[in-house]
Amino acid sequence: MKEAFRQSMAWLHTWAGLIFGWLLFAIFLTGSLSYFRMEITQWMQPEARLEVVDAGTAIGLAQRYLEQQAPKAESWFITLPDARQPAIGIMWVNHDGFVLKRLDPRNGAELPVRDSRGGDFLYRFHFELQMPYPWGRWLASGAAMLMFVALISGIITHKKIFKDFFTFRPRKGQRSWLDGHNAVGVLVLPFHLMITYSSLVIFMSMVMPAGILAGYGDRPQGFFNEVLPVSDAPEAAGQPGTLAPFGPMLEQARQAWNGAEVGQVEVYHPGDRNASVSLLRRSSDGVIYDPGTGLLLQGSSGQVLSATTLGSWPMRIAGGFYGLHMGHFATPILRWLYFFCGLAGTAMIGSGLVIWLGKRQLKHAGTAVLPFELRLVEVLNIAGMAGLVVAVGGFFWANRLLPVALAGRAGWEVNAFFIAWALMLVHAVWRRGRRAWVEQLGLAALLFAGLPLLDALTTDGNPWRYLLRGDWLMLGFDLAFVGCAGLFAWAAWKVRRAGLPKDSTIARRERVRPARTGALEAEMN
Amino acid sequence: MKSAVGGISVAYRLAVTSRVLAAVFGGYLLASAASACLALLLPMTRADAVVSGLLLAFVVYLLAALWCFACRSAWRAWLGVLLPSLLLALVYALAKRMAQP
Repeated sequence: MKEAFRQSMAWLHTWAGLIFGWLLFAIFLTGSLSYFRMEITQWMQPEARLEVVDAGTAIGLAQRYLEQQAPKAESWFITLPDARQPAIGIMWVNHDGFVLKRLDPRNGAELPVRDSRGGDFLYRFHFELQMPYPWGRWLASGAAMLMFVALISGIITHKKIFKDFFTFRPRKGQRSWLDGHNAVGVLVLPFHLMITYSSLVIFMSMVMPAGILAGYGDRPQGFFNEVLPVSDAPEAAGQPGTLAPFGPMLEQARQAWNGAEVGQVEVYHPGDRNASVSLLRRSSDGVIYDPGTGLLLQGSSGQVLSATTLGSWPMRIAGGFYGLHMGHFATPILRWLYFFCGLAGTAMIGSGLVIWLGKRQLKHAGTAVLPFELRLVEVLNIAGMAGLVVAVGGFFWANRLLPVALAGRAGWEVNAFFIAWALMLVHAVWRRGRRAWVEQLGLAALLFAGLPLLDALTTDGNPWRYLLRGDWLMLGFDLAFVGCAGLFAWAAWKVRRAGLPKDSTIARRERVRPARTGALEAEMN
Repeated sequence: MKSAVGGISVAYRLAVTSRVLAAVFGGYLLASAASACLALLLPMTRADAVVSGLLLAFVVYLLAALWCFACRSAWRAWLGVLLPSLLLALVYALAKRMAQP
């Protein structure tokens, strides 16, 4: 009975993992990169290497700019700068849309930066998959639920979880892949569980509306008003008014929140007598993501209209998972840890896909042509993993190569990503399996190795100057690019070597010793 | 859940499809029913009860999905998700009626 249960879980793990495997691989890879979303944006706008200014200076500059440029807007949104995002982000909303700008924190002028979505593209792709709202979010949530199932069924399958963790048999082909899959899965298991469950929590009110409908009947908006109480700003009076300076308001919030900083300032009806200013806490100050702590002030006087704080335990738990997933609170070392845990998850998914195919390929080791379904999985493996890495490289290259004056430039950077990915899919169909792996990994290595050079040729910076300037961010990117290139080159070399004569020996050995293959199958099936 | 070597029967394929449907849709139904009941019955403020119900819904969904593949037949898979859903629906209806005097 117990053994039957484990076997059914092994079956579930195998198939649940396969079906959404490529999508999950892409979600995990872009998600890992998103932990450096703001840093990637900085790399992609190299014109502006900025120092951080204090919030008081920044808010003054933003207020001056907005009062001059958008006095009649319906609302303003100001994102205060911090070390990861030194530009002042502003947005204003008119009746016919919104305008987004980045301001220079030194003088409050618009930053003359190239049009690029930067890290935001990878971040958005991670959960919207470049699909229209809300379909991408639904698909990503479905993938997350499947990941949850695959994780738990994988744990059940893998009963000797701790014993096997210390068993790694290198250079044994399929066996090593399985050992690696298990080791990396177990090593960062808490991360995997946290990141998967929390991804469901983030979109829970969208994907599980039943509970909200049960509690609030046909007025689900009531739930959001109670959970996010910032929407009670006064209506416009229709008479002109003037705003008090925002600087002292920040100080007021700091005192109300025991020193916590303001991250975002929202102004409703800025030119009106009834203008109001809503101050929201900076999300990097605590683990718990807390959209509820806010202060609503009267725009003309700074008088408090309403104040809300994070409430109960259920809200804290939900906010805690949200915050843990986003990692806004993470200091640089923790951020790198997040990044590597994310890559470990990516590697776990990738190795699972390789194992699925490898095991079934053994049965066809003698034949020249793979059955259609195995060939399909092979092509998707190559394009979904090596091809995606090439696409990311293409995205970075496009950022440096596309002319600054190009119309719709940011969109073309994104197009470059998808064009590169599509080309890799065509390439994977065209070339035979192992050769396609080697060529795509090799191309990825070349692309990433070339990035520091490209950066030096197209901007005024280079690694030496970054070192002298103490610009660790740009230097860090150059080092990371070289590191990635090395990793991909190593992988290409390994795949190539595994394809040399030894390949057939492995296949023969597996056929000669059916007992061993059988045991392997039982464990992996 | 293992297939016969050298070919998979139509009956097996249908049974697997049925289990998948039970896990995806039946599991979602059960999770929704559970979160709706929790939203009504948990002794907390309304917003807190709703959030708690949502947080637990995914665990219910997970367990339902595992059940659908662990049980002995596709029929049991459906029974295992639909019967508790029905019970929860009754509980929900009762709780709603008690709330409205």
